[in-house]
Amino acid sequence: MTREQRLKKRYASEKRFRFLGIGAIAISIFFVCLLLFKVFSTGSTAFIKTTIMTEVDFNKELLELGDVKNPTLKQIKEAEFFDVTYKAATGLFPYKNDEEEKGVKTLLSGNYETEIKNYLLNNPELLGQKVTIELTASDDLDQLHKGNFPRDIPEDRRRLNNFQLNVYDNLVEQGKIGTAFGNYFFFSGDSRDPEIAGVAGAVIGSFFSIIICLMIAFPIALMAAVYLEEFAPKNTFTDIIEININNLAAVPSIVFGLLGLGMLLSVFGLPRSTSLVGGITLSLMTLPTIIIACRASLKAVPPSIREGALAVGASRVQTVMHHVVPLAMPGTLSGTIIGLAQALGETAPLLLIGMVAFVVDVPSVPTDPSTSLPVQIYLWSESAERGFVEKTSATIMLLIGFLIIMNSLAVWARQKFERKW
Amino acid sequence: MSNKIVAKKVSVFYGPKQALFDVDLNVAEKQVTALIGPSGCGKSTFIRCLNRMNDVIDICKVSGNIEIDGKDIYDKSVDVVQLREKVGMVFQKPNPFPKSIYENISYGPTIHGIAKDKTHMDEIVETSLKKAALWDEVKDRLDQPGTGLSGGQQQRLCIARAISINPEVILMDEPCSALDPIATAKIETLIDDLKSSYTIAIVTHSMAQAARVSQHTGFFHLGKLIEFDFTDKIFKNPENQMTQDYITGRFG
Ligand SMILES: Nc1ncnc2c1ncn2[C@@H]1O[C@H](COP(=O)(O)OP(=O)(O)OP(=O)(O)O)[C@@H](O)[C@H]1O
Ligand SMILES: [Mg+2]
Repeated sequence: MTREQRLKKRYASEKRFRFLGIGAIAISIFFVCLLLFKVFSTGSTAFIKTTIMTEVDFNKELLELGDVKNPTLKQIKEAEFFDVTYKAATGLFPYKNDEEEKGVKTLLSGNYETEIKNYLLNNPELLGQKVTIELTASDDLDQLHKGNFPRDIPEDRRRLNNFQLNVYDNLVEQGKIGTAFGNYFFFSGDSRDPEIAGVAGAVIGSFFSIIICLMIAFPIALMAAVYLEEFAPKNTFTDIIEININNLAAVPSIVFGLLGLGMLLSVFGLPRSTSLVGGITLSLMTLPTIIIACRASLKAVPPSIREGALAVGASRVQTVMHHVVPLAMPGTLSGTIIGLAQALGETAPLLLIGMVAFVVDVPSVPTDPSTSLPVQIYLWSESAERGFVEKTSATIMLLIGFLIIMNSLAVWARQKFERKW
Repeated sequence: MSNKIVAKKVSVFYGPKQALFDVDLNVAEKQVTALIGPSGCGKSTFIRCLNRMNDVIDICKVSGNIEIDGKDIYDKSVDVVQLREKVGMVFQKPNPFPKSIYENISYGPTIHGIAKDKTHMDEIVETSLKKAALWDEVKDRLDQPGTGLSGGQQQRLCIARAISINPEVILMDEPCSALDPIATAKIETLIDDLKSSYTIAIVTHSMAQAARVSQHTGFFHLGKLIEFDFTDKIFKNPENQMTQDYITGRFG
């Protein structure tokens, strides 16, 4: 082979190699885009809700506050709202029979009575007046308005009957149908009704779990890594520990769920379905990952730094605490954050310790029953209603958003605290 | 002339491998003792025995007897931290802490509680840097990282760090191997100045350097101390043929 031929061959092979690399990246990007597109196109509408402008008559007689001169907030709160809300809901459109009456009423969300009541409580001066309030529409009307329900299929296969469609068209004509910020999605807990179901409970549950996981896993992992890396003698015993840690990092997470179920719930009797137990279980799961990351970053600190400190008469503990651990911080922090991100996306162990329960109330302390974001996705993905399909995707978007934030934080931490030597 | 350090029958094993064989060597007080020899002959291993730096290597076992001021430093009652306070060390590769120049010097005095207050600490930092002939170059940027200095400056910073805790002995393992001739000359002058107050043992690959700075020289080969004598004698009139070959560069 001549020189030229060899050169040509080398160029060709380099070109081929680059092409393969670009191809691999293109394929991965394609799949990521596909996923994101799917999630975004289904989920983005969950951030807004459909509303109906409804006339409400805060009539004192109807509220049974007729003989009270200046009712206090407490009295308004305890007033009888049934007639007011009934009149408001049924007043949307004239109906002929019971069935049609129900059809009109169910165009509003299951929470419209509370919405009306809260409106008055926030604006008590409106007592005795007739006002128009923007009320949340039902899931079916919401989906119809968002264009997710086809109208041209037979009535018996539709969620809304012909009469309701007629009402909807009429309301649209009157300009009474509008859209608003999807407050329920962000600020309320789970519900059987998709239009008023939200992720707040799951977000808070996830937050508590992650914080507990951090508080348990980080100090233990750091101490374990420091001991193994800096102090432990290198012998068979530490080799076995090392193998076991690497092994644990690869154990399926559901096993940790079983451990949490068996130990935390059955033996220690901690409360079921709580983010406390979830956090502890997740900390067991992330511990090996964080230990490995911490050890790697401790190992990356050059031995010359340790020698320098020892040579001026620092003890081993001083050497490690004053020099090695601070220098390893960028690595330990980013490793920890990545471990936590993994915990944030974990579902299986939480199912086993009961965080899969249907929880309506947003938890306020870690010992309240709650779910977490991935479990909420799992729960909603099993529901048939179109509203939940949309919310599943929206929750996935939220989770991906949190993961991106955490992983950027890891990169930032590494760059911020990185030092040269 | 008295001997600061007396080593008798020092043998060192790295696991099963023996790196030093019955080395007898004395380091004279307030003088410079140079250790020379081909690569891998155990110079670093020996010098690291003198402040028990080998303790951190798990597989390293030291036998024999090393006395500093008549006290066995491998005795159970000896505290390594106190020993290293007395026997400082400068390494082949400059290894300043990735902290400010000031903190590099103040670290030792801080952990040993030497400085009484901030002004005392400033004083220690200044005198250490002055002794290491670095003060004029860095006095305006004490708060900048020590790792930002040039190689020669870093090495002098490490020397300043070693003398900040006022040791009695300074061990230097090839302190000039990463430096250019000018920086090397500076450090050699420095060693000359330092020997009035410190006992110094230095490992070097440069015959010229050994001849210039030291009063005693030991020649190592394959873990054995082949010859140990006054530097003049070693370089002008060695007893051993191997020493002769090595210093004349005919070794091989
Ligand atoms: N940590 C260690 N583990 C195992 N063997 C070692 C270790 N350090 C040194 N040795 C061995 O001990 C012998 C002496 O090494 P030493 O570092 O003392 O040589 P040296 O004279 O300083 O060489 P150089 O001039 O290249 O620095 C060498 O054979 C080396 O392989
Ligand atoms: Mg060496």
